[in-house]
Amino acid sequence: MVTQDKKINELWELIKEVPDPEIPVLTLTDLGIVREITMSDEKVEVTITPTYTGCPAMKVFEEDITAKLNESGYKQVSIKTSLSPAWSTDWMSEEGKEKLMKYGISPPMGSSDKSVLTGIVKNVPCPQCKSTKTELVSQFGSTPCKALYQCSDCKEPFDYFKCI
Amino acid sequence: MDNAIYNYALRMGDTCLILSHRLAERCSNGPFLEEDIAMTNISLDLLGGADLFLSLAAEVEGEGRSADDLAYRRNERQYYNHLLAERPNKNFAHVMMRQFLHDALLHPLYTGLKLSKNEHLAGIAEKGVKESAYHIRHSSMWIVRLGKGTDDSKEKLQDALDDLWTYTGEMFEYNDEEATLAKDGVIPSFEELKTTWLKTVKEVFNEAGLEVPKDKWMATGGRQGVHSEFLGHMIAEMQYLPRAYPDAKW
Repeated sequence: MVTQDKKINELWELIKEVPDPEIPVLTLTDLGIVREITMSDEKVEVTITPTYTGCPAMKVFEEDITAKLNESGYKQVSIKTSLSPAWSTDWMSEEGKEKLMKYGISPPMGSSDKSVLTGIVKNVPCPQCKSTKTELVSQFGSTPCKALYQCSDCKEPFDYFKCI
Repeated sequence: MDNAIYNYALRMGDTCLILSHRLAERCSNGPFLEEDIAMTNISLDLLGGADLFLSLAAEVEGEGRSADDLAYRRNERQYYNHLLAERPNKNFAHVMMRQFLHDALLHPLYTGLKLSKNEHLAGIAEKGVKESAYHIRHSSMWIVRLGKGTDDSKEKLQDALDDLWTYTGEMFEYNDEEATLAKDGVIPSFEELKTTWLKTVKEVFNEAGLEVPKDKWMATGGRQGVHSEFLGHMIAEMQYLPRAYPDAKW
């Protein structure tokens, strides 16, 4: 069992290095989409939960995880998708949120329940000048997970990773 | 196989798929860039929902078919989507009205389905409810904005409502199989959904200054696979590639 646990830890370490295909500054574990890793004999099963149901990145996630583990000698990898509990931006790591801000995407603010209800998030900070005088331009952005904002001070448009 | 779940998942999946495709047809025709992106985002969410429902149907069927097989290898008479979803795109007001009438149902439907005793349906709804909350906010915002806009935008919107209202009756039809599912807590009750839906649409139309059409004859048939002339053309285009190149992988 000890070796088994050790292997599972190693698998988590490997998956930590897999970047998000759309926002490469984040890893899959920063996003919090990897739910479980199990192993029996030589077979590895990784359970992930989709961010958005139609997100085209999901297929790439699966391929990238499989490729990464294959490279490291785990040849029998299967990916299981689990819908419940549904992924929430609350699962994103603090480290992940900091990385997003530096990358130029304003990270999700507050807890997902409240902002999903009202949809309007105030005082989203501008990742460029840090001003909180910003305005929502569109609820929908360049990928399913983002909304489009504009800074009223530096006028720069920017993405906000919306709460879900 | 559980026929009732199979049929329900197929109907839900088909409506999501067909409406998703209609929105996708609008890609690059939005009134401005952000709105173009919004519509294609919503299209993508609906496609994701269709994939989940059709995957469930395929799994329940147990014949080795996939969600793709169900989407690309059935003819129009084997599609069970609501007629509303297949109505062709006319103008932006018309597209938004079709979307709003649909969103006002899908959001409460997912809210109810989250509590389903079927864990697969509950899982799909738990995911969908968060996405559909964004959709209903988006389309109701447009209904109010266009309704309070210019004479032209209001007229186009009212025309769209008068045109599409007749396709809303079918969304609340149900058969014995579905009545049993609702009674057993597997799916939300159609009557309760209708009450919620009516309340939402009347509130928004009132704010937008639109007149709700008087109850009139309601079109029906989609749920039985009897469609308007528009569905066949859409499916022909949608299915062309996998039909022409059955072994294609992408």
